[in-house]
Amino acid sequence: MKHRYLPMTETDKKEMLAAVGVQSIDELFADIPEKVRFQGLYDIKEAKAEPALKKELSAMAAKNMNAKQYASFLGAGVYDHYTPSIVDHVISRSEFYTAYTPYQPEISQGELQAIFEFQTMICELTGMDVANSSMYDGGTALAEAAMLSAGQTKRKKVLVSETVHPESRDVLCMYAKGQNIEVVVVPHKEGVTDISQLNELVDDDTAAVIVQYPNFFGAVESLAEVEKAAHGKKAMFVVSSNPLALGVLTPPGRFGADIVVGDAQPFGIPAQFGGPHCGYFAVTKKLMRKVPGRLVGQTHDDEGQRGFVLTLQAREQHIRRDKATSNICSNQALNALAASVAMTALGKKGVREIAVQNLQKTSFARETLKQNGLDIVFDGPVFNEFVVRLSKPVKEVNNKLLEKGIIGGYDLGLSYSGLDHCMLVAVTELRTKEEIELFAKELGDSHE
Amino acid sequence: MNNKDQALIFELSQPGRVGYSLPELDVPEADISSLLPDGYVREEEPELPEVSELDIIRHYTALSKRNHGVDSGFYPLGSCTMKYNPKINEDVARFDGFAHIHPLQQEETVQGAMELMYDLQEHLKEITGMDEVTLQPAAGAHGEWTGLMMIRAFHEANGDVNRTKVIVPDSAHGTNPASATVAGFETVTVKSGEDGLVDLEDLRRVADETTAALMLTNPNTLGLFEENILEIAEIIHGVGGKVYYDGANLNAVMSKARPGDMGFDVVHLNLHKTFTGPHGGGGPGSGPVGVKKDLIPYLPKPVLVKEKGVYHFEYDRPQSIGRVKPFYGNFGINVRAYTYIRSMGPDGLKAVTEYAVLNANYMMRRLAPYFDLPFDRHCKHEFVLSGKRQKKLGVRTLDIAKRLLDFGFHPPTIYFPLNVEECIMIEPTETESKETLDAFIDVMIQIAKEAETNPEIVQEAPHTTLIGRLDETAAARKPVLRYERDLQNA
Ligand SMILES: Cc1ncc(COP(=O)(O)O)c(C=O)c1O
Repeated sequence: MKHRYLPMTETDKKEMLAAVGVQSIDELFADIPEKVRFQGLYDIKEAKAEPALKKELSAMAAKNMNAKQYASFLGAGVYDHYTPSIVDHVISRSEFYTAYTPYQPEISQGELQAIFEFQTMICELTGMDVANSSMYDGGTALAEAAMLSAGQTKRKKVLVSETVHPESRDVLCMYAKGQNIEVVVVPHKEGVTDISQLNELVDDDTAAVIVQYPNFFGAVESLAEVEKAAHGKKAMFVVSSNPLALGVLTPPGRFGADIVVGDAQPFGIPAQFGGPHCGYFAVTKKLMRKVPGRLVGQTHDDEGQRGFVLTLQAREQHIRRDKATSNICSNQALNALAASVAMTALGKKGVREIAVQNLQKTSFARETLKQNGLDIVFDGPVFNEFVVRLSKPVKEVNNKLLEKGIIGGYDLGLSYSGLDHCMLVAVTELRTKEEIELFAKELGDSHE
Repeated sequence: MNNKDQALIFELSQPGRVGYSLPELDVPEADISSLLPDGYVREEEPELPEVSELDIIRHYTALSKRNHGVDSGFYPLGSCTMKYNPKINEDVARFDGFAHIHPLQQEETVQGAMELMYDLQEHLKEITGMDEVTLQPAAGAHGEWTGLMMIRAFHEANGDVNRTKVIVPDSAHGTNPASATVAGFETVTVKSGEDGLVDLEDLRRVADETTAALMLTNPNTLGLFEENILEIAEIIHGVGGKVYYDGANLNAVMSKARPGDMGFDVVHLNLHKTFTGPHGGGGPGSGPVGVKKDLIPYLPKPVLVKEKGVYHFEYDRPQSIGRVKPFYGNFGINVRAYTYIRSMGPDGLKAVTEYAVLNANYMMRRLAPYFDLPFDRHCKHEFVLSGKRQKKLGVRTLDIAKRLLDFGFHPPTIYFPLNVEECIMIEPTETESKETLDAFIDVMIQIAKEAETNPEIVQEAPHTTLIGRLDETAAARKPVLRYERDLQNA
């Protein structure tokens, strides 16, 4: 069969079979026992030529309503932000995207240096000493933080705030089950972690206290109080954080966090139906040798020239096997590169400006909704998101919004009891004043 | 600092330069201190670079030139399947209707994406011979852990709580034992015999009523097909364990043997290998897991179902192990894999395997006179050589790898699997031409000769790369893991 990805000709094949000393390719598969040998061809769709396939898949894509056509007020952990055009141009350079893990540093300096820069930027934003080269996503990064804490403290219980992303908490519970770690949920009060409940629940068996900042409802948690509760019992203080928000929020490192994790998706990574995004993992110097995943370090070559290598690999599965700090191997390197380009483009000034715009627009949207007669559920300061109570099911309202070209917010009733008919509204710098006002008007009109 | 150095982006920074273009703030501006609590407004600016757009492009272009990808040249890295990454895949993954959809949109608004996922699952079921597939795991290791958690749940549901051990061959990839640990199991190693295959006697010895599962790669990481696979499965099933297939090496058996027919109960695939998801410099990948009927109830949720032509995420799965990843997996990589499978079709996937295996055997036979061949039999998609002979001449496998750099080739995987001394593991893939294979073979032969006549040139390699061998010990002894201005100037 002739295919554009398969270069061997009949002549090649003949010569190669002769060199191997066999008559046919089939002979090379003679070691597969007759009983398990697959006969014939897979019963799957026939191959399609490039133009026809592109057309078919383009039609499939067109069935999906997307954030380029609709004004989206949906966030809940995945946000529609400004992505500089250069991001896609850089990650489309195939020296980056067709390379493997940089195990041969002499011909992988580009990737290694890019990761070293990524690690630095994550440290700068979070206020931490050390960041790794990426994790699968914010949810698994958070779960790994809990495991690291349990290992470090030799304790078997973690406390996680109810205001942490529900899907991240689900993932945490999965990892915790594997490790026989108990997960205790600290309830929220008025949309933020209930500190008095936290103080009651935290004890000498607690390995970690985990909160999200800003939290799932968009509220700014009191990290100072959580820190006191955690460290008061010598538990690890773990913060899951949207790194873009840290352009304007005091970084968790300043509040004494031991581990800061999150997802860099807001920096230049498309939503793409939930993945791949880009988890990050940052720690204090003390925990450097316990970090999961790959780390890039600076060194020099035999002539003293600066260069970069994968380092502290004795933590990793390919060296330590069952004693490794984590089983992660492939990570999200290309998305870490995308995030690096976006963070570089924004730079010191832009990261502040974009964060402030998000803060301002969220506040404006909340006020506008209030003026349109809507019931704002929690009062405290918010970033990107807030909760509004509707008089109808969220789904019903969202269906109406679609007709106006708007993707509405997340239905909190799906994951929180007591928040039926409540919508989590996300507002980024990309939502214009007109879009916000239209959204507010439509929500107001739906209100009885 | 000499001119071979590429400045760090931070070193290019000049106060006052910008590389972004944000919309004007079009809403009334409030005082920030009125919007955030006291003490929560960031005071110190993060030290991100201040550079122009062209600065950024030049920087990353320079970095890309210091990187070798499949598009730069041959990349015969064993166990990694560095095949060509088709460009149509990249275009399709960037369609607005795939790239810019939110995972929490209402299902009616994303039926096209769900259709793609569903059809990919159907294709993977047929390819693996399994009864159901989940696309949720993010990569191979994540899939391993997911599969093991399902096995654990299965045993627990049967009241079989003493199955605490997972058997792993000594040739297994490091993620296998690491995943077993994360899933709460203890790892037991089973030896490979002289022939490179699982030693059945040793397997019988270690398999017992505490065995939860055996993890196996087939063909194994030596590139050899485990001929006794049915017996192996029988031994494990006989003691009540499950048999797990590490599908990283599916490129060797597509259309030739399916894990489901070989007796495996669970399989993970690396869509970033056999199915052309680009490796991305280390990720992202995608690691779907397929299972046999009796494990279906334990699949992670949500499970994608189709009812009367409508796709739906089902959450009501009381026996499900739960969620292994936020949302539904690495959809963007799954789009690429789906595009690839649809480009190849049934004939194409069969030809892929046939050429992958022919190419590996051809290289193995041509190199056999010059290096030690620990296992002299037909290989599958990859094979291992040993640099033992060269080591006696003072040339280590690492040196051979570095010498290959001088000729523009990415070296093979080295020192893995662990059970072969001075291991060199070569996987050509099916997308390379005979001319490329021959060019690589010629260079390997030249290096073997150099080891005899001029070992220094190999020992001191590379000679042509921008940078020489790096001091890894120094990097680990005093780790510098981030840029700090003062440190660089010191
Ligand atoms: C045999 C084998 N198993 C498992 C893995 C792990 O896959 P991933 O890197 O996607 O986690 C690999 C990848 O290197 C592999 O070669």
